[in-house]
Amino acid sequence: MSKVVSMRDAIAEHVHDGDVLVIEGFTHLISFAAAHEVIRQRRRDLTLCRLTPDVIYDQMIAAGCAAKLVFSWAGNPGAGSLHAFRRAVESRPPTLAIEEYSHFGMVARFSAGAARLPFWPLNDYQGTDLPGVNPNIRSVTCPYTGTALATVPALNPDVTIVHAQRADAEGNAQVWGLLGVQKEAAFASQRVIVVVEELVPSSVIRADPNRTIIPGLIVDAVVVEPWGAHPSYAQGFYDRDNAFYVDWEAISRDPATLAAYLDEWVYGVADRAEYVRRQPELVARLAAKAAMSGEVSYGY
Amino acid sequence: MGYAPGEIMACVAARELHDGEVVFVGIGLPNVACNLARATHAPGLVLIYESGAIGAQPARLPVSIGDPSLVTGSLMLCGMADVFQLFLQNGRIEVGFLGGAQVDRWGNINTTVIGDYASPKVRLPGSGGAAEIAIHARRTLIIARLHPRAFPAQVDFITSPGHRARGGTRAELGIPGAGPTRVITDKAILAANAASGELELAALYPGVTVEEVRRGVGWELVVRDALDEVMPPSVAELRLLRETLDPGGVPRVTGWYRGRVMRCGRGSVGCEAATEMIGNGAK
Repeated sequence: MSKVVSMRDAIAEHVHDGDVLVIEGFTHLISFAAAHEVIRQRRRDLTLCRLTPDVIYDQMIAAGCAAKLVFSWAGNPGAGSLHAFRRAVESRPPTLAIEEYSHFGMVARFSAGAARLPFWPLNDYQGTDLPGVNPNIRSVTCPYTGTALATVPALNPDVTIVHAQRADAEGNAQVWGLLGVQKEAAFASQRVIVVVEELVPSSVIRADPNRTIIPGLIVDAVVVEPWGAHPSYAQGFYDRDNAFYVDWEAISRDPATLAAYLDEWVYGVADRAEYVRRQPELVARLAAKAAMSGEVSYGY
Repeated sequence: MGYAPGEIMACVAARELHDGEVVFVGIGLPNVACNLARATHAPGLVLIYESGAIGAQPARLPVSIGDPSLVTGSLMLCGMADVFQLFLQNGRIEVGFLGGAQVDRWGNINTTVIGDYASPKVRLPGSGGAAEIAIHARRTLIIARLHPRAFPAQVDFITSPGHRARGGTRAELGIPGAGPTRVITDKAILAANAASGELELAALYPGVTVEEVRRGVGWELVVRDALDEVMPPSVAELRLLRETLDPGGVPRVTGWYRGRVMRCGRGSVGCEAATEMIGNGAK
């Protein structure tokens, strides 16, 4: 049965005020299209979780969607600060609650959530001040060796949104390039939205099943949104828009400039298709050059 | 031939890497250093990025740690659960690069906050993978620019533990890796005292005085009796940096310090905020 819906319908049905929301993707495949629709639908009091809040959550924080941020690295990769985040955290009192881990800690939280375990053990955090400011980082004594291990609690989001290169109508999603923590986040989640560059017949998925990272059986909605990850990127489709990430430093530094950006590029467009139509130069500037993989035989 | 501080830092970092070693690479200066090492004495260096690229051979300087150029031509791509569990926690990483807004006398690094955690003066990006790199890499190299505010006696927040964190040694805390063996600055190399773990002045760059280094450090810096000599960048190294490895972009990664130069490694984007903080004075 087809799960293909518009982004507007997917967000309206699956993302509610007060939800724990994850839009994952480590630099690669970050669904800005979904975040922009969440902002347009004016969701409030969300707990936003991601390893790297990135420009995407900076925009959602600025738009007033977030009550809390759960994260491990809050910078603008390669360009500077996330100023909406910094303003919220540096104000007196702070206007955004935070719960902070390291990358390994966040990955472990998703791993526990995906395996439906209450926590995940890791050999980490010795000598750091992180457990002192985050009471959810605890420890356990190994019942076999007696050694102390750090623990982090499972993270089971209400909804996880991932961007993939392609999927079929049932949501069997294939990703290549950097895989991040999307598989764990999706399996940990109560609801899953998959956003894709390309909708393909199931025969394409079945011809290369090793490339499927999220099976349709855990997917609630499929949204077809070409260029839906811009200014993030999709390997084999388009490059990261590093110039935009650099521009974000100046845009986000001034609240008025940031508000004007949201007015023009989020509230001021109906959907991702219009966002792309208004930037006709994107294709010439960022479309990926081909670097084809070899083929393998799945025969027996 | 004249050279920029970033250029000699890249050369010094490259010379610290041995052929065949497995390196957890950061963006910016460590990336340039690793590629310089690969182009000179260490063609078999294995570059691993926390984004999941194993054996990457980036054809351009990656702006971010998840740059698509890390993917094309890699030996392996894996999810981040695999990176942290199967590579880092497994003990496969021989060298890790770290940087930070603050580095203290024990080599502890702060990339989290300046001031109080609950009401910070400056909020920095946080750990990223830095805490676990500091704990699990068999040794780490710290890259940081000397400044008394960047090298306080004690960091405001320990994001990544050095040789002595809150009184405990690495052995006492059960930390597997050896910790920071070298702190590569823009004027000198600091190295930990084998017994106490305190950072000492181990080598001066050409033309730098002990006094200049002391002025850049916020504690009474111990100077070793015999200081190692740091060779300036060779003509061949500079040519590689300027013509091939870091030719353009504004500014060049290894060019003069202008914010971006200090983007070196995950935690070290904190350097940038620190540079900014230092530039603006404490707010």
